[in-house]
Amino acid sequence: MTEFTELGVKDIRDGVAAGSFTAREVAESFNAAVADAAELNAFIVTTPDHALAAADKIDADRAAGKTLGKMAGVPIGMKDLFATHGVQTTAASHILEGFKPEYESTVSQNLWNAGAGMLGKLNLDQFAMGSSNETSYFGNVNSPWRKAGSNAAMSPGGSSGGSSAAVASRIAPAATGTDTGGSIRQPAAFTGICGIKPTYGRCSRWGVVAFASSLDQAGPMARTVEDCAIMLEAMAGFDPKDSTSLEMDVPAWEAGLSADLKGKKVGIPREYRMDGTDDAILKSWEQGKEWLRDAGAEIVDISLPHTKYALPAYYIIAPAEASSNLARYDGVRYGLRELPEGAGLQDMYAATRSAGFGDEVKRRILIGTYVLSAGFYDAYYNQAQKVRALVARDFEQAWAECDVILAPTTPTPSFPLNSLNDDPLTMYLNDVFAVPASLAGLPAMSVPATLTEDGLPLGLQLVGKPFDEQGVLNAGLAIQQRANFTAKPEKWW
Amino acid sequence: MSNYRIQGATGEWEVVIGLEVHAQVTSNAKLFSGASTEFGAEPNAQVSLVDAAMPGMLPVPNRECIRQAVRTGMAIEAQINKYSRFDRKNYFYADLPQGYQISQLYHPIVGEGQLLIEADEKAGIPEDKVIGIERIHVEQDAGKLMHDQHPTMSYVDLNRCGVALMEIVSRPDMRSPAEAGAYVRKLRSILRYVGSCDGNMEEGSMRADVNVSVRRPGEEFGTRTETKNVNSVRFVMQVIEHEANRQVDLIESGGTVVQETRLFDVASGTTRSMRSKEDAHDYRYFPDPDLLPLELEDSFLEECRASLPELPDAKRARYENELGLTPYNARELTAEVETFARFETLLAETAKAIGKDEKNVATPVANWSLSIAPGVIKSLGDEANVEHATAARQAAILKMQDAGEISGGQAKEIFEIVLKTGREPGEIADSEGLKQVSDTGAIEAAIDEIIANNADKVEEYRGGKDKLFGFFVGQTMKAMQGKANPAVVNQILKDKLG
Repeated sequence: MTEFTELGVKDIRDGVAAGSFTAREVAESFNAAVADAAELNAFIVTTPDHALAAADKIDADRAAGKTLGKMAGVPIGMKDLFATHGVQTTAASHILEGFKPEYESTVSQNLWNAGAGMLGKLNLDQFAMGSSNETSYFGNVNSPWRKAGSNAAMSPGGSSGGSSAAVASRIAPAATGTDTGGSIRQPAAFTGICGIKPTYGRCSRWGVVAFASSLDQAGPMARTVEDCAIMLEAMAGFDPKDSTSLEMDVPAWEAGLSADLKGKKVGIPREYRMDGTDDAILKSWEQGKEWLRDAGAEIVDISLPHTKYALPAYYIIAPAEASSNLARYDGVRYGLRELPEGAGLQDMYAATRSAGFGDEVKRRILIGTYVLSAGFYDAYYNQAQKVRALVARDFEQAWAECDVILAPTTPTPSFPLNSLNDDPLTMYLNDVFAVPASLAGLPAMSVPATLTEDGLPLGLQLVGKPFDEQGVLNAGLAIQQRANFTAKPEKWW
Repeated sequence: MSNYRIQGATGEWEVVIGLEVHAQVTSNAKLFSGASTEFGAEPNAQVSLVDAAMPGMLPVPNRECIRQAVRTGMAIEAQINKYSRFDRKNYFYADLPQGYQISQLYHPIVGEGQLLIEADEKAGIPEDKVIGIERIHVEQDAGKLMHDQHPTMSYVDLNRCGVALMEIVSRPDMRSPAEAGAYVRKLRSILRYVGSCDGNMEEGSMRADVNVSVRRPGEEFGTRTETKNVNSVRFVMQVIEHEANRQVDLIESGGTVVQETRLFDVASGTTRSMRSKEDAHDYRYFPDPDLLPLELEDSFLEECRASLPELPDAKRARYENELGLTPYNARELTAEVETFARFETLLAETAKAIGKDEKNVATPVANWSLSIAPGVIKSLGDEANVEHATAARQAAILKMQDAGEISGGQAKEIFEIVLKTGREPGEIADSEGLKQVSDTGAIEAAIDEIIANNADKVEEYRGGKDKLFGFFVGQTMKAMQGKANPAVVNQILKDKLG
């Protein structure tokens, strides 16, 4: 009998289409795996009925001879940042606990239209603010991975930590993620899976709880490059309800996959060789170059001179936008309302937001409010925007010399939960390699490369030209074929 | 130059006034959502997910609102900025679901423009004056709080939330309440001509923030106060009058004016402090990352310009120069959209009925439109049904008058009957005997009799007492029971009296 939970997106879709098994069998298997994995705390709510209903519809469509969608029969996890009609949507925050939207986000609707079903809403860092999935009101997510010889709970990365944990632990074949400054790529790297953030504007932001509007971008997380290509095709597309949505056709990424990189130049940015980067990371980067050279690519050194300013600029721009985006959670219309006896409007705001937001969210609201204040705006926000423009220009100049950039995804492998909680700056450094592509709005992907000596996964990052997700996926595929990353976490849950 | 001065205890003071007018854009849908903008709906009946700022909702600019702002800018001869951008103005209030208002601080859609206010001696404006307009930007309106629905709670109505406003910011170029009043009226007239705002101040479609300061004539500007949300021309003038006097009294008694926001109290006609500069919000403006910059294409601008109607100043000039109307008539007829629309319809109808060029009938039509017809309607009060007063019927009356078939008095009598009954003017004239006699035979017979009976007066007249001509006209009209055509009477009398 097929172990359904070992199957990926493509396997399931093709198997269902071929009649090798039914979508219902697949959904039932994953529902059971989800129910069995409560210790991971990957899901905030589970929706087995949603998965079954979607599966039954696909089985019926197939029986009726209808054309099946790109994701037909694939049950997935939905990051709880996407509004789902009638299903609690919290952004992992107490302030939205119990909130059930009367609408469906464009991306999730696109996935349902393509035949996917929903296993549940995945845990994340609160309002997607965090790099370890420790800021959720609904508890930490435990990585399925552990260091060799240790039982210490490890971080699955963040903010899409529920997504990475679920996919790595085989309780979901794929999941949605969102990436503002690395929130798809870093957790993918920490858990040995693939994740791609497309070009800014490819996926509609409509119905996705906003963190930093100019950076937020949805993308797929799955175990193979092919699965990411399939799922991204289903998620992407122009949406007139999002003014920043790209008015472009969605390319046939799956059909365009090719690991032959002859004639392609791969750029190696010298500024990414930073102090504090793990030796194992540097070693895997070297290995990555070899793999891509083996696939036919030419390796060239490039310079991205403003790299070191990217992270500080990011930690001004993202909190600035967040401080404004999160103003709507005020207790007036929906979500949590704290109304102490005799409270006026201002008191209600203070009580509601004090009780509703977690510490990291408050920290970023405070930073954002500060950098936008009169007298500081030019020194911080405007200056950060200038840096952002320079970071983007670095990439534009690099494209004259290469087609795709190879870099580590993170400076370290996963770390134990609770080890960095008192040190937000070190925590923020996790995104140092991820943030530049976010500031420039470029497509970027993490693919698993190898395991450390401790048995923890490491990822390699590929950054592409605007709209060239295909180039990123193809380079990712070349690495995947050579890395032959088959390791999976031993089940302890 | 305005000679409006506040007479203080220590001498004369000049008032300096600038206005920020918020005009609700005429559009079916809100600035960034598809919700309806209609006035008077049940509370919260016109609220989209975007207006209520539900999680993950995004604004999408409504092209029609942008178009209306551009057309308005063109109507005040302003620079149209092909690149503009929306900014967020952040503050917390229960009528502001997003926690920020989307506005345009740094790059407004419309730049420098101007507006002409006309001389009006009676109102205290001695000569025409150009008032500078600094900018027009587009922004969202807020919702409304209702404090009278519950003993301890306030209710929120979001129907108005997200409706598009144009904020039209003048230069501090006005120097008297009269100038400010004329500015608001003229601006309202232009907005209504363009169709970008209905100008309905009672429904809140137009409201003004009034900036007032005082200074010794010729000296530097003083510190200004801003009185918010003033919603009629009369109140704008009252605010200025009150604020100017208050500031003069304050300065002359040794105090200083503080920069602050004030509220107008309609009942007392006074203003009171709302918050001072120290308490002012830090709005933390920054570009809205949900929206791309607005970049206007040439074809869009061309369409906007082509769609502009003839504007008040141009229309007034044409009425004077081409139709030969008096400056007074031209100004009165062009002030309001409804007035000129009625006039132009009647003018076309009358010219067609009579078979003359419009310019040859414009003056009687103007007099009829501005004074005669309104006078009759007013005198009838409730008896008048203005629906009966179609352009065709009024043109028919004017045609009979032009042909000498009816007198001015008869025209009014016929119009009265039209207003009461809806009958046709020609039929009324016939059946009610409301026609002048132009039959020279009948008039000649009457005149012959009068001459025969007043031989002495005829002698005196012929001896040089010209004034007696009026006596003969009067006698003739009396004999004809007022129905003789005065022109015909004059002619025959002149012939017969020699």
